[in-house]
Amino acid sequence: MMTKLMTAIAAMMIALVSVTAAQAQEPLRLTLRDGVIEALPFAIPNFQAEVAGSEQMAADISRVIAEDLNGTGLFRQIQSSAFISTPAGFGSPIEFADWRAINAQALVTGAVAVNGSQVTVKFRLYDVFSGAEMGEGLQFAGTTDGWRRMSHKVADVVYSRITGEAGYFDSRIVYVAETGPKDDRAKRLAIMDYDGANVQYLTDSSAIVLAPRFSATGDRILYTSYDSGFPRINVLDVANPQGRQQLTTAPGDMAFSPRFSLDGRQVIYSLINGGNTDIYRTDLATGQNTRLTNTPAIETAPSFNPDGSQIVFESDRSGTQQLYVMSANGGEPQRISFGNGRYGTPVWSPRGDLIAFTKQESGRFHIGVMRTDGTEERLLTSSFLDEGPTWAPNGRVIMFGRETQGENGTTALFSVDITGRNLRRVSTPQGGSDPSWGPLQR
Amino acid sequence: MKHFIKAALVIGALTLSACTNADRFDNADAVDLNAQNGLNTPVNIDQTGLGGANDPSSPQFFSQTIGDRVLFEVDTSTLTAAGRATLDGQAGWLATNSDYLAVIEGHADEQGTREYNLALGARRANAVREYLVSKGLAASRIRTVSYGKERPLEVCSAESCYAQNRRAVTIISIGQNS
Repeated sequence: MMTKLMTAIAAMMIALVSVTAAQAQEPLRLTLRDGVIEALPFAIPNFQAEVAGSEQMAADISRVIAEDLNGTGLFRQIQSSAFISTPAGFGSPIEFADWRAINAQALVTGAVAVNGSQVTVKFRLYDVFSGAEMGEGLQFAGTTDGWRRMSHKVADVVYSRITGEAGYFDSRIVYVAETGPKDDRAKRLAIMDYDGANVQYLTDSSAIVLAPRFSATGDRILYTSYDSGFPRINVLDVANPQGRQQLTTAPGDMAFSPRFSLDGRQVIYSLINGGNTDIYRTDLATGQNTRLTNTPAIETAPSFNPDGSQIVFESDRSGTQQLYVMSANGGEPQRISFGNGRYGTPVWSPRGDLIAFTKQESGRFHIGVMRTDGTEERLLTSSFLDEGPTWAPNGRVIMFGRETQGENGTTALFSVDITGRNLRRVSTPQGGSDPSWGPLQR
Repeated sequence: MKHFIKAALVIGALTLSACTNADRFDNADAVDLNAQNGLNTPVNIDQTGLGGANDPSSPQFFSQTIGDRVLFEVDTSTLTAAGRATLDGQAGWLATNSDYLAVIEGHADEQGTREYNLALGARRANAVREYLVSKGLAASRIRTVSYGKERPLEVCSAESCYAQNRRAVTIISIGQNS
């Protein structure tokens, strides 16, 4: 039964699930209506306060777990007013009939104990229709200021047990926070939880900053800064944002669009020399530079595949921006985009199966995905200006920047799942652009 | 046009502050340097070396009379005939006023991805630089910087604004010719 549930949800997450497949899962009531998938109903009674004084924390943790699951669009929380009964205590027998009656398919129960600055969260997950626990109960312990992370970790386990895939809730985003009018924008690097909580600023707005990129471990960030008066690439340590280093480039050169290699030792980026933009790779330890493209065209926005053997990038060598894949050591690239319009900012999925990109066609911008050979292109969004996709660590969700039209145009971060469903604005205190999604935290 | 004047005044003010010391004002409180009549009123300010838009060696003359910017067609870095005429004037001015250095700022309109526009702005700035060098200016006097779509002058999302934003602007400053 549990396997069936997992299979059903995994299928649900793929764009075009056939109706036949859905009917086969009738007991779980995952129904498709005209290609729209109904989210899986779940119940999460407020976690119990095991120690007096833990009530608020228990309520907050329950709420964040529910928000994480709801936010995927794959799950739908059943409001507590519909509950027939609630568990007498954590670990008490579950009255599955009461949960079946309100059509809850998954049930999350938990308990929270706050002791001084320490908090412990315990939880269990049940498949209501089979009346069985899914996996073992788990406990997380930490400091109270990390309560949101602990909530995300619980939600990640729930997501993972039901879908069979890794979660993405306990992760962070680095992005460019934007304030001020369109002709006098102030830009700062900011880092936050994936859901927009805990925003911290890593730079001030004294110089333009662009396109931050996390390292694979999430402890360092590459970004483009005008602090020298010219676009150059900086590296900063997330734990010590003041200690930043500039990537060595020759005087007069401009550098931008950096990304780390998986091991964090190399950076691929664009270098402008004499007005011409090509892709280079530099070794951070030795400073040794290798030129990877050598044409009079614009080559930029390089992104490694997950094993680091290939690079996808954009080039206008054909006359318009198109996507190409080459060996990580350079060499003759293969063009992979052939549709109408212009393609830019390709990013390889962490699963290796897809490439996300920005597409411009007939005055509109889109975020899309295609297979790594360029087939099966699908556009996920459409607006006046969408650009700069970044992948959730599990490769199921894409975040990007959206700018509205006109003199009062504003910027914001949005996310969408790779089926094109569940488009959501990500909460940020001001405008935002150029998100980079970091790894699941340890 | 409003921006244009503002930019010219800012350049004037910057040059003033770079060339004079505060103690050269007879009465620093009496003059608003950013007000137009302040710049043109000789009463309280020693304007030697600054000049006005009618002084052919002044930065205002460069930006207003000769023209400090050239515009480009969509997604191109090819100089237009009008652009080349402006740059002929810039080359002549820079040849005469040899103590000035130039930074060419390349810009793009908002129709494009950030990275591509940075590269496009660099192409535009470089097209200007190469033209000026072809007119005999020392390459060492001219640097380029691209702002991509980061610094629009006009903010509407229409061609009338885009046309003004697709530009390369020559910023002059007094410096050592190294």
